[in-house]
Amino acid sequence: MRNNANKSVVIVEKEDNTSLLRCNGAWTLKNITEITSVLQSIFQTTDKKSNINFDISAVDEFDSAGIILLLHTVKIFKVNSNNVNISGVSNSQEKMLAMFRGEEESADTSITKRYFFLNILKTVGKNTVSVLRDIVQFIAFLGESIASLGHYILHPSSIRFKAIIKNIEEAGVRALPIVAVTSFLIGVVIAYQSAVQLEKFGANLFIVDMIAISVTRELAPLITAIVVAGRSGSSYTAQIGVMKITEEIDAMKTMSFDPFRFLVLPRIIALMIAMPLMIFFADIFGICGGMFIAEIKLNLSYAEFINRLQNVLETKHLWVGIIKAPFFAFLIATVGCFRGFQVSYSTESIGRYTTISVVNAIFLVIACDAVFSVFLTELGI
Amino acid sequence: MKNIVINMKDIVTRFGDNLVHDRVSLTINEAEIYGLLGGSGSGKSSLLKEMIMLLRPQSGSIQVLGKDVLNISLIEAEELKQKWGVLFQSGALFSSLTVAENIGIALKEHTDLTKDFIDVIVRAKINMVGLPRYAAKLYPAELSGGMVKRASLARALAMDPKILFLDEPTSGLDPVGAEEFDQLILGLRDLLGFTVVMVTHDLDSIWNIVDRFCVLGDHKIVAQGTLDEVIKINHPVIEGFFKGARGSIRGRM
Ligand SMILES: Nc1ncnc2c1ncn2[C@@H]1O[C@H](COP(=O)(O)OP(=O)(O)OP(=O)(O)O)[C@@H](O)[C@H]1O
Ligand SMILES: [Mg+2]
Repeated sequence: MRNNANKSVVIVEKEDNTSLLRCNGAWTLKNITEITSVLQSIFQTTDKKSNINFDISAVDEFDSAGIILLLHTVKIFKVNSNNVNISGVSNSQEKMLAMFRGEEESADTSITKRYFFLNILKTVGKNTVSVLRDIVQFIAFLGESIASLGHYILHPSSIRFKAIIKNIEEAGVRALPIVAVTSFLIGVVIAYQSAVQLEKFGANLFIVDMIAISVTRELAPLITAIVVAGRSGSSYTAQIGVMKITEEIDAMKTMSFDPFRFLVLPRIIALMIAMPLMIFFADIFGICGGMFIAEIKLNLSYAEFINRLQNVLETKHLWVGIIKAPFFAFLIATVGCFRGFQVSYSTESIGRYTTISVVNAIFLVIACDAVFSVFLTELGI
Repeated sequence: MKNIVINMKDIVTRFGDNLVHDRVSLTINEAEIYGLLGGSGSGKSSLLKEMIMLLRPQSGSIQVLGKDVLNISLIEAEELKQKWGVLFQSGALFSSLTVAENIGIALKEHTDLTKDFIDVIVRAKINMVGLPRYAAKLYPAELSGGMVKRASLARALAMDPKILFLDEPTSGLDPVGAEEFDQLILGLRDLLGFTVVMVTHDLDSIWNIVDRFCVLGDHKIVAQGTLDEVIKINHPVIEGFFKGARGSIRGRM
């Protein structure tokens, strides 16, 4: 069976130092794999420096893949210093051969060796350089945002109030439901876990201190920041990325609309205004979550809870949480916009940069929070 | 008689209340370059999309390479799709792949060729459509308009199709580039013997490379045939096309 198949494609006639390869059938893309394997076995059984003669007069059909294969085979035989000839070429076949021959001969055949160890070094080096370049670019971006913020302050009439309001609605108001639910649940989780422990010591009332301080100082700001990073940070990247691909950004530049003033600053300012309010909102719901569980698990009535809350929750705790908000907002919005501007022309890169933007934003928020923690504790606040 | 490659009969296309084709019929022969002409919105692109199974007419029958594409099994449809190549108006190259990957992707997915031989084919096709060799490594966003057209032509021809569909191949090219592209298609057709179906607005293309064409107007085909045959027909649409200022300048040359 296999022999038959071979025969139908190429018949080999050997004579002294000369092999005549009679090619038959259809040399088309459909049969290429089969023909290739036949040619390969012929290649292995012919001697070096012999004469090879391809006779293609009996080929019924050639397409470009067939011609390319023929030329490629000729080249391989030639590498083995065989003397190769093609005969029985019709007029139209000659034209096709001429078309593809130029390319085959000029194509570089040098084989690039792959060094495993060097490749690792190369990858590490490349990535390091690209991270450094990212950081430099981000600093430049920060500088440019702050410079155009300066422009805003010097020319208050150029502030895009409408865009800011729209962004506050989009990033702030519309995020309230999800912020409320997540912080309420965080309050529930914390209360539940501590209720079990506190009950053992009969220190039921201290659940109020525990919840009030942990929610207002740390949890509400962090949870809000994470929700905002996932929701608004990613959408900033995607929005600006799409505008970059559709050349809207270029169009803006040619009409001398500074993208920083029109796109970046409204987003940063909007988030810096919205975020402190959102954190206060999250504080309320987080504490409510705790109050709810305190009543169920520890039989602490709402009245007792609120009474205690007024004694232990000093305003400074609230301020500690809220003061971080503009910093978080600034980081999330600038990273989101920065990554959006890095999107380059392919639809795939929007997805990639959106992911990177969210990961970066959450990392920066947590790092910033750590700095605040150390700083404020050292100051004794 | 020549072999008929595409046969459309009594096609009716309607988008909501908007009747686009009212019983349109046409035939396309093997190895000819067939043009679809007509004013903007006359339904040329829709007709092309119906041939390549992107759009379904309300009624009528369409035969492509002897297959009834309106009642075709999934497997047959897959086979048929490998026998044609399509060049979209905007190129529609995959923006996340390089030119070489764009050209090679169909070979990679639909054949069991080795990667090395696919590279050889891709290189030959890049050369065939007249792209410089360095273009292989570029991404579509880094190409000029003319290079995008050539790269998508190479992608459309990667599988050695029997039919090549082109939607306004020369739009957006300068006259010299358009002329070169026309000659490229003509040369490749002569060399490889595929059938070409092209939507075009470009009178030069009709003059220079189209063998037969049809003119769409009033939801129907108002004329079909070679240039000499069509130009004799008296119909406002045809007069508008060939006897307007742009058409008659060429007549004088
Ligand atoms: N997906 C669709 N939904 C609704 N209407 C459509 C759709 N596609 C096309 N049409 C309508 O069908 C008509 C024909 O459109 P088509 O794109 O085929 O025109 P055309 O001849 O290719 O025009 P042009 O030369 O401007 O490209 C138009 O009136 C258009 O509004
Ligand atoms: Mg169209």
